Amino acid sequence: MPPARTMFEKVWDDHVVADLGQDTCLIHIDRHFLHELSGTMSFKELDDPPRPVRHPELTFATLDHVIETLPGRGYTTRIPGGDGFISGLREGTRKHGLRLFDLEHPYQGIVHVVSPELGIALPGTTLVCGDSHTCTVGGVGALAWGIGSTEGGHVLATQTLLLTRPQTMRVNFEGTLPTHVSAKDLVLHLIGRISADGGNGYAVEYAGSAVRALGVEGRLTLCNMGIEFSARMTFVAPDDTTLSYLAGRPFAPKGRAWEQAAAYWRALPSDRGARFDREVRIDCSGLAPQVTWGTSPEQETGVDGHVPDPARAADPVARQGMERALSYMGLQPGQALAGLPIEGAFIGSCTNSRLDDLRAAAAVLKGGRVPAGVKAICTPGSTQVKRAAEAEGIDRIFRAAGFEWRESGCSFCMSGGVKGEGFGVQQRVVSTTNRNFEGRQGPGVRSHLASPVTVAASALAGRIADVRHLRA
Amino acid sequence: MERFTSLTGVAAPLMRHNVDTDAIIPGRELMKVSKTGFAEGLFANWRYSDGERKEDPGFLLNRSPYRQAVILLAGHNFACGSSREVAAWALRDFGIRCVIAPSYGHIFHANCFRNGMLPVTLPIAQVEAIAAQVEQSGGQQPVTVDLESCTVTAPDGQRFPFTLADLHRTALLEGLDAISSTLRHADRIAAYQARDRARRPWVYDVPAG
Repeated sequence: MPPARTMFEKVWDDHVVADLGQDTCLIHIDRHFLHELSGTMSFKELDDPPRPVRHPELTFATLDHVIETLPGRGYTTRIPGGDGFISGLREGTRKHGLRLFDLEHPYQGIVHVVSPELGIALPGTTLVCGDSHTCTVGGVGALAWGIGSTEGGHVLATQTLLLTRPQTMRVNFEGTLPTHVSAKDLVLHLIGRISADGGNGYAVEYAGSAVRALGVEGRLTLCNMGIEFSARMTFVAPDDTTLSYLAGRPFAPKGRAWEQAAAYWRALPSDRGARFDREVRIDCSGLAPQVTWGTSPEQETGVDGHVPDPARAADPVARQGMERALSYMGLQPGQALAGLPIEGAFIGSCTNSRLDDLRAAAAVLKGGRVPAGVKAICTPGSTQVKRAAEAEGIDRIFRAAGFEWRESGCSFCMSGGVKGEGFGVQQRVVSTTNRNFEGRQGPGVRSHLASPVTVAASALAGRIADVRHLRA
Repeated sequence: MERFTSLTGVAAPLMRHNVDTDAIIPGRELMKVSKTGFAEGLFANWRYSDGERKEDPGFLLNRSPYRQAVILLAGHNFACGSSREVAAWALRDFGIRCVIAPSYGHIFHANCFRNGMLPVTLPIAQVEAIAAQVEQSGGQQPVTVDLESCTVTAPDGQRFPFTLADLHRTALLEGLDAISSTLRHADRIAAYQARDRARRPWVYDVPAG
């Protein structure tokens, strides 16, 4: 009998081009995605000396980071200096013969929404992109992680990366999720419980009955915040749910190739008895919807919870961090989170902008109205998601509730307050995004991370709300 | 790539946990198709008050001698978050070529080695001990980081050894270009792909979409 291996070990072993000693390997990269912000810089690595792209067919590109999300947008942006990134990606992909899902292309969207939706991310593949949330596509069983733009140039030129082997962790989410509790709540709770540094150095496999019960879109959300857990990568082993999701997607294998791929994928899950360097078990059956109170994703609690007291932190550095977070967020120790008045609500980003997210939010919003003084925005994750949502009438529900219904892009999650693509100074915002960092959604903006239904319920209430107590 | 061998100078003790790359350089400061010229945007949200370029005298790097810092001391999970390589470029442009912390965001850690920068990993107690000595001297006492011997020398002369994979160490010491180094293995890449294509043809035969 061969030794029992984890899924990570199987995939890693199948990607070793050269073992260079001390746990450092040259690893093959199967899929590479570029966007305008980092992709444009990656092309610079091919200029001097001039180098070709080794496998143009394995790299894909789209526009998402710098382009605007307002209807009627174009190839220019009000972000000062942003135009050069848009033109840089378009010119670079043309020069090197790479596929680009350009602004008007029906496949345009946020990279991590697009790559599983199109069947570009596949189980057991390695996939990288110059964006930290690349770990999202671990939701279909890919080993995926974010890289810098110089590393992106290395992938373009060599189709490989030099990597040290991570340790392995398995997080078992067990039990049945209560109504209104979703993948976003699971991952926020995990980070809150273990810490924002908890996954550091690990390839993290999410498993357990609660994960098996999630659809692929929920698994993508779960894996999306792997980087907020500081994991090297996060993934869910492929199963029937994964295969039915991928079958027929434009860039997924077809015919005999599909049969070969499916046989390979079926053998990927961790063997019984495989050993992990760390295992964590989380019981989900009593979990409340989660919301962050601070400026690190670990600073979170149940929506029925209270702001903790920094005085109770043992480590002085951690205490000062909490004090700074409370000062930035304009909160006091002991304050209840539910009921805090908000000025903004955002549904979008690579975390929570897929069709299931929009459907869940729409079910809460239906028939309701966001009060005056709350700026509410929805940016669907991709042009395909947007069109599918519109075909179901979801856009009409959002609009009727007072939400702006925009085009797909990263926008309110990363533009940092550029005019028309951010919130105002010291505004309190409930957001389906992944980062409550200082200034992430605009200078001084106070972001509370939560699930789509919590954001929808809060938008209607004009304050942070417990969706479980919403009228039926 | 610029070599890194040894560095002696002012160390700035930014002893906070989970300093994210949005704090190191905010999104709006990234908009330059360039790998240099980001010093002014470094820690912009903390360095300047009210969104103007007016320095906040309370922030560490606005005070002497930390303005001249070449080393940064930090808490757990330094440079977590976004993959923006500008975080490394902004530190380097400011003059900081070495960070000493107990752990790092993994993307920043990898980016350092592509930019002639050294991320030293030491246990938190050792980073705090070095930071305390630096603070005691008002930042005047220098810290030395030597990559040949893989040691950090604190102001009082105490030496702390650190480890680093040989591959990273050699690349920094010799200023190697990573793509050129990897292309020396071009035959192994080709051999791997031939083997792998037989096992996983579906990886290489991408449908037209």
